[in-house]
Order: sequence, then structure tokens, then C-alpha cells
Amino acid sequence: MATDPELLSLKIDYKRNPMLPWPFQIQRVKHETEDTFTVELQPLGALEEFAFQPGQFNMVYVFGVGEIPISISGDPAKSRMLVHTTRAVGTVTKAMDKMRRGDILGIRGPYGTPWPIDHANGLDVVFVAGGIGLAPLRPALYEVVAHREQYGKVVLLYGTRTPLDVPFRQELENWRARFDLEIYVTVDRAMSGWRGNVGVVTNLISRAPFDPRNTMAFVCGPEIMMRFTTMELHKRGVDNEHIFVSMERNMKCAIGLCGHCQFGSVFVCKDGPVFQYGKIKDMLVKWEI
Amino acid sequence: MKTFIFERSELDRLVEILKRRDYKVIGPIVRDSAIIYDELTNINDLPIGWTDEQTNGMYRLKNRDDAAVFGWTVGPQSWKKFLFPPIQKIFATHKSPKGLDLQNSKKQTSQESAQTKYAFFGVRPCDLNAISIQDKVFLGGPFIDPVYERKRTGNFIVTVNCGQAGGTCFCASMGTGPKAGTGFDLSLTEVLNDKHHYFIVEVGTELGSDVLKSIKCIKATDENLTTVNEICSKTVKQMGRLLDTSNLKSILYQNSEHPRWERTAARCLTCANCTMVCPTCFCATIEDVTDLAGKQADRMRKWDSCFTLDFSYIHGGSVRASAKARYRQWMTHKLASWVDQFGTFGCVGCGRCITWCPVGIDITEEARAIRENQS
Repeated sequence: MATDPELLSLKIDYKRNPMLPWPFQIQRVKHETEDTFTVELQPLGALEEFAFQPGQFNMVYVFGVGEIPISISGDPAKSRMLVHTTRAVGTVTKAMDKMRRGDILGIRGPYGTPWPIDHANGLDVVFVAGGIGLAPLRPALYEVVAHREQYGKVVLLYGTRTPLDVPFRQELENWRARFDLEIYVTVDRAMSGWRGNVGVVTNLISRAPFDPRNTMAFVCGPEIMMRFTTMELHKRGVDNEHIFVSMERNMKCAIGLCGHCQFGSVFVCKDGPVFQYGKIKDMLVKWEI
Repeated sequence: MKTFIFERSELDRLVEILKRRDYKVIGPIVRDSAIIYDELTNINDLPIGWTDEQTNGMYRLKNRDDAAVFGWTVGPQSWKKFLFPPIQKIFATHKSPKGLDLQNSKKQTSQESAQTKYAFFGVRPCDLNAISIQDKVFLGGPFIDPVYERKRTGNFIVTVNCGQAGGTCFCASMGTGPKAGTGFDLSLTEVLNDKHHYFIVEVGTELGSDVLKSIKCIKATDENLTTVNEICSKTVKQMGRLLDTSNLKSILYQNSEHPRWERTAARCLTCANCTMVCPTCFCATIEDVTDLAGKQADRMRKWDSCFTLDFSYIHGGSVRASAKARYRQWMTHKLASWVDQFGTFGCVGCGRCITWCPVGIDITEEARAIRENQS
């Protein structure tokens, strides 16, 4: 496979046409929850590795159906396996949900700005995630856990709809069992047997164990959740320069040419998706920008 | 800058020479009661003796009482349809036993590279600026649009300075006309008086100078240069519209919740006409087209508009659901955020969005209303 001349020749075209995807083969499909699934992909042809930085995304193309941006949810240290986690809610993700091991997807990327993990050296790190917003944060979690000694306290605050809507469940259990990670999960609606928190994720911020003066916060979830999370972080004393959020917008090209992802004066695809909160706060507090 | 004059009769030769040099010569043509741009087969295709009348939501062609070749302003089309085609195949794939075969996309890109050289004949200074704005968008990086790059390469541009302004023109406000500054190979000014019909031509490039060698022309005098300036300053005085651009970016950013947006949205049909006729609008969407058997899939890039609901759709709904948000996005982009993104306004004052708006919304009037009553 690695020497397939037809696929090798793609490499030239890939440079000439930035809209041309690279074929990747599905190695595994894992259903995380009722509507959320993870695909593990391997590149075909001349491409053997796929390096990326936590927080970046790919354009994922399903033959004849369409192409959408999906954040990368895998471990950045494992560049031979590309991992995406998404909810089956739209035309393309529903088509992906039907795909199985051996099927082929087109991938363009990685695109966008990463979580600035380097800047968190020596600081406490707080991850605040809502719903599928945990997926773009997971690579950053991997990275922080892999170099755990470089950070102060590491906290994950995660909010989702019900106890059945928690993805990466085993992994979260494993992380929670460690003494050097603080993992808190809250749900909108509990059910019998649930011993965790109930309520919105922002409720967890006031009691979370971190030193607000020495903290870097990485936030990803629905816009409204990110707005209220930022308010709570401000109350604790974390300033705008130490809060990073990941934005979502419609994207057709991911290379700053189609215009769809404009958010005020920025293009989410090339200036984001990860932004320092201070850079976009004026736009985030307005409706329909 | 070298300047010459040549007789009206030599204009035909100029088109001929460009054709002989293997250019596909695109110029203004009267079609379907409008002046549009298409391939010039001969010089008589030009809108000789025609003029246009324009105001909010109104465009009419009229006969002139002289034989001016460029006695009109701009029609519904711009040159962007050649450089950034309304529909463009991005790549084609077909289904293979493996699931997805992208190999024939290679054939497609190489086919496209055998490509036509365009000569744009009769480009208005506003539209010349629009081309340079789109150059920044598509070629400014970090990613470059290969389609635009291919079609833009090797263009020969003949601009024509405006001897009269249209009813919705405001290039003088945007600093983009009525006289072309740079970016052309040749720049013409048409002079027509009782006895004499001729062109004053400024040479912009070596190539332009070379092309001009095949035409009977004489060196321009200082008097000719004065004529050009007189014609252009007369046009400035005729501008149908004015737009005060001072401090405009921050005024629009600061007034994103101005009640005016709501009032304009009540009239706006969100029909997208303004974005389709705009020479700088660059938004596009991608459509997947499959054959009946589902074996072949083409990805087509098509012009898109921020006025549609689909444009901002993400799971859960459209980001800009209201007409107010969509009109605000468009106008704020043109006159404010474009400056942050590309270092220039996204508006050249051609007035097309005013003329072709079915309800006659006027961008200059909207900007003025917000400026004069800031919240």
C-alpha cells in the first residue's frame, strides 16, 4: 500500500490544490455514547504519519456527501493514528456513523491554532468542557498528563446532558483514579446510580482546586457555556490573558478563502479556532456576530 | 509615465493586436438590455453610442446622441466572474473497491493548467481596484487559491478612465477612481468633441508599451494631460453618491447594536443580489454532485452569500438567523472588518449593490444614518 504509485502521485497534487483531501482508512469505530463515536484512521499511500498540535482540526470528506471541520481528539504523541470524535447530528457525521473498518475518508489538515500548552508551564491548568467540547481538549489533556511534572494542579471540569452522555468514560475513570489529576463531571439530568454533580459546568468553577493567580484555563463548549465559564473564571480572579476558548463556525475551505467562518474581523479557520479570550471578548458578548 | 494619443479608428487595431497575441479579449457588450462583459469578437460589439441610467433599484440603457465608446459606467457584472468563476470544479473522485479514489483529480488539475490568457478591455478604475482587493484575498496567503492564481496570471489590462459618473457611483469617496492609478498595462481616456474623437493613453507596463508599438500614436502634449485631469475632475463632481470614510471602521464596530440595522432589515429581502454583483465579494460554498449510480462525485465551488441562512449554519441553527445580523455582517465586513483582515475597505464605490438592490437599499445612506445618529 505504501508504494502504490497512484497514491504517491497525489502528493504533488496535494501541494497544488489545497482543497484536495488525502485518503485515510478507518481502523476502528468506537461508539462512545448513543450519538457520539470515535474513528481511528490511518493514512494511505506515501503519507505515513500525521502530526498535529492539540486543538487543531481537519476537514473530513465523505465520498459524495460532503466535507466538514472536525477537531482532532487523539494523542499527539501517537502520530501514526489519527483520531476524531464527533456526534452524529448532520449529513456528513450521520454518513460517517454508518462507516466501518476498512472504509475510506478524505482528510485535509491539520488546520488552525493550537491550545498554547507551552505557556502553561509551571502553572495550574484548568480544562472546562461542555458536551462534545471535550473532544478538542483531549489532545491537550494527553499532552499535559504526559508531562505532568511541568504543571501545577491539573483540573478537568466536564458538563454533559446525562450520565449516559459521557464520552471517553474508561479514560476519565483512569484519570480520576490518579492522585495528580482532579476530574469533576456534572450532568444536566441525573438518573439513579449517579453519584456525581448535577447542574451546569460553570457551577463547578467556584469550588475547583486551582490558584487563580497562577492558572491557565482552556475552555471548549457551546458559546453560551464559554461566556458563563469566563464570567466564573473572572470571579475567581483568572484574567483574560490566561483564558483560551475554541470557537466553532461554518467552514467550507478551512484555508481562509470561503468566508464562511468569519467572526467579526477574524477567520476562525486560520486565526482560530483557539483564541485568547481577550482577543475576541467584544464579539463573543454580542449576539449573531 | 509615458503618455500618447491615438485616433478612435485605431481602437479596433488595439483589440486586433491583443487577439493576435493569443489573448482572449473580454470587453463590454450590450446584451439583454444591460452592458455585460464577454468575449469581444469584433470592435462593433462594444456599447458604442450607449449610456446607462442608474439609481436605487433601477438600471436602464439609453442611446446617446454621440458615438462615444465608453459613455457608460458599470453594469451588473464584474471581472470577478472570469478570475473567480461562479461555478468551478474543485476536484472529481470516483468510488473504487477501496472506497474512495482520488487519482483522477490529477488529470483534472493538469487539464486546467492549459489555460486561456485573458485581456480585460475596458476595465473601470473601481473594478481595477476590486481586482487588486481580490488579489489580496486569494493570493495574500497563508493559503493561495490555485484557481484564481491560474486565471489571474498573465492578464493584460486595459483600463478606461471614467468620463462620466453613474447615478450610484461613489468611487471618489473610496479613492478608487474615476482615474486609474496603477495595476493596468494601458489606461485610456476617451475624448470626444465636435471635430475630434481620440484616446489619450497612459502606459503602465513594458508589455503595454510593446503592444502600443503596433498602433499609430503620437506623444501626448501637456495639453492632453490637462484634458485627462479636466475630464476626471468633471466626473468627480458628478458622483451620484458620497460616503464619508473618516473613522468609519470604529463607528461601525461601536454601533453594532444601532437601531438602524433593525430598520434596514425590515426592508432587506436577504436576496443576496448585492453580494452577487459586488466585484470584491469572495465567499464561496462547496456542493457535492454525484452521478445517478453514485460512482462519481464532483466537488463544485459556487459563489455564496452571507445573506443566506445556510451560510452560517452550524449544528443547532444558523449563527446569523435574523436579517438584521446578516445585513450588519455584510456592511460591517465591507466597511470595517475588511480593513482589519486585508488592510483596505472591501468596497470600491462602484454602486452596483445600490443599483441592483430590488428594494433600493443604499450602503452610503446606511453608513450616513449610523454616523449621524451614533448610539
